Amino acid sequence: MIKRKVAEERRIILKHADDPNYSNGIGCYLREGGYKILKKSFKLKPEQIGEEVMKSGVRGRGGAGFPAGMKWKFLDRKSGKPIYLICNADESEPGTFKDRQIIHKDPHQLIEGMMIAAYAIQAKQAFIYIRAEFFEGAKILDRAILEAKEKGFCGKNILGTDYSCDLVVHRGAGAYICGEETGLIESLEGKRPNPRIKPPYFPAVLGLYQCPTIVNNVETLCNVRHIMEMGGDAFSQIGKPNNTGTRIWCVSGHVRNPGYFEFECGALTMGEMIYDVCGGLEKGRSLQAIIPGGSSAKVLRADERFKGKLKDGSEFDWGINDIPLDFDGPMAAGSMSGSGGIIVMDDTVDMVEAMANVNAFYAHESCGQCTPCREGVLWMRKISQRMCSGQAREEDPDLLLSVANQIEGRTICAFGEAAAWPTQSFVSKFKDDFIRKAKKPTKKKSPLQLI
Amino acid sequence: MNLSKDTLEKIDAVISRYPEKRSASLMVIHLVQDELGAIDLEACEWIAQKLELQPINVRELITFYPMLREQPWGKKHVRVCRTLPCALRGSYATCKTLEKKLGVKEGHVSENGEYSLEFMECLADCGEGPVVMVGEETYENVDCKEAEKMADLLMKDKLEGSKKFVSYERNLVTDPPSKN
Repeated sequence: MIKRKVAEERRIILKHADDPNYSNGIGCYLREGGYKILKKSFKLKPEQIGEEVMKSGVRGRGGAGFPAGMKWKFLDRKSGKPIYLICNADESEPGTFKDRQIIHKDPHQLIEGMMIAAYAIQAKQAFIYIRAEFFEGAKILDRAILEAKEKGFCGKNILGTDYSCDLVVHRGAGAYICGEETGLIESLEGKRPNPRIKPPYFPAVLGLYQCPTIVNNVETLCNVRHIMEMGGDAFSQIGKPNNTGTRIWCVSGHVRNPGYFEFECGALTMGEMIYDVCGGLEKGRSLQAIIPGGSSAKVLRADERFKGKLKDGSEFDWGINDIPLDFDGPMAAGSMSGSGGIIVMDDTVDMVEAMANVNAFYAHESCGQCTPCREGVLWMRKISQRMCSGQAREEDPDLLLSVANQIEGRTICAFGEAAAWPTQSFVSKFKDDFIRKAKKPTKKKSPLQLI
Repeated sequence: MNLSKDTLEKIDAVISRYPEKRSASLMVIHLVQDELGAIDLEACEWIAQKLELQPINVRELITFYPMLREQPWGKKHVRVCRTLPCALRGSYATCKTLEKKLGVKEGHVSENGEYSLEFMECLADCGEGPVVMVGEETYENVDCKEAEKMADLLMKDKLEGSKKFVSYERNLVTDPPSKN
């Protein structure tokens, strides 16, 4: 057997993230060639930047994986209304901690990316919506923006041109739903973050103050800077077709060396990530399950086989370790790469408890606007919590499935799916564990309490 | 309403950043809450007036967002992450240990008002769980044993500046503040 060499990390966005000599101040950023790409981009016409982003094929890094260039194309430029740019720095998907590194360690990279994007879409004003738990992060960004303004990279008459765009840091207040772009917009308008229904409220047409608005993730906006540095075509050569660029994967849970790692899309498989990059599992443990893209993604069982046809027509037959880490791989395996948060669970985990933990999260975070979600997540939490308190019944798995199925597709925003998918996948893939819980209401061997 | 001059200035500065006053709601609430510890009805009314809103427009935010408060937390507020990645690394035990050591149930404030504890949802540092925040500082890999030591230092007022517990924030490489 030929052992394939595991790919090396390719750090483009996190290039300086763990460099002890690299500070988050502007002096350091400028020494490393910072804001050169902004200057280069401002010599182009705004639409030329849009074309480069389109050519790059970069897909949104926030979770949905929608092509960013396409999103920009949808922007309603004819309305005559002001255009807004919002950076989604809410980073609220459990299992994800990539944007934290960028914001705290390399804030100017984000600001440069944002100002290029703002110029490209001709935004009148730009906002960074940051989760309130990043107290220091908000201060770092405030300071960085001030530094950038002093140098003319942001604010009035950027680089001496006619173009002005102010950049404002806006703090959330601990609500997961603000990561949903229309909920975020409501929150930024000073309201409860109840998501808006699409259509008609596509942010690119009717966004902030009912004006055309682009909402992009932190990592996506950083990518804009790198796309403009190397050109859209060169960027599209990184990774794989339809999965271009690098991705920052965040690994948490039961691996020896969890952390954040930036790889070219598709450069490695799930197995290589867990065993080679993250040092494998603790001694004597074996893999039980993986949630590949933040807690909303459907769980994958360690002994599952994934079969089907890829978009290019080729057939695949994968074990969990063979799943390529890009956008399409986890999707082909029936789940999603989401925000890149890989949560690993070894054989000590009680899967009913794990699901109950996830359900408690969604029950806490539903905005309560749509009845199926508000009531459904509440009952899923109650049922799964009861199951973990020695009161499990054999009909519970079916009951849980029925509740989850009645949420999916019946809500204004994708939170409904995000909340239903974990339950649907845990119950159908680990049904034996659920039945066993009812027959013998004791804990599995795990010493951990998960709920 | 007695707000410091500093807070009042910050509030005016923040409002001027937005195209519409109402957008400044969360930021103004944060500023008021930072000073008063919570937003009571009087504060709600004051903020509403400041932003030319009805008090309910402010009140509905306070009752929605988990980090907005009607009653203040303790002087030292401790947050422990409850969500799956941290739980898989023992955050329930961490929270229980802190409850015992600090003498306060999660979700509550100690009788002397000194400590409060919150078992909250994802703090976005899942690779280094269990994650504990004390005030605005984030501490990583705080399992139940570490939590015990951490609580001891906290109660002696020696957590800040401790060599053993260095927060994520204190570990960042930052330029010294400019002299001018």
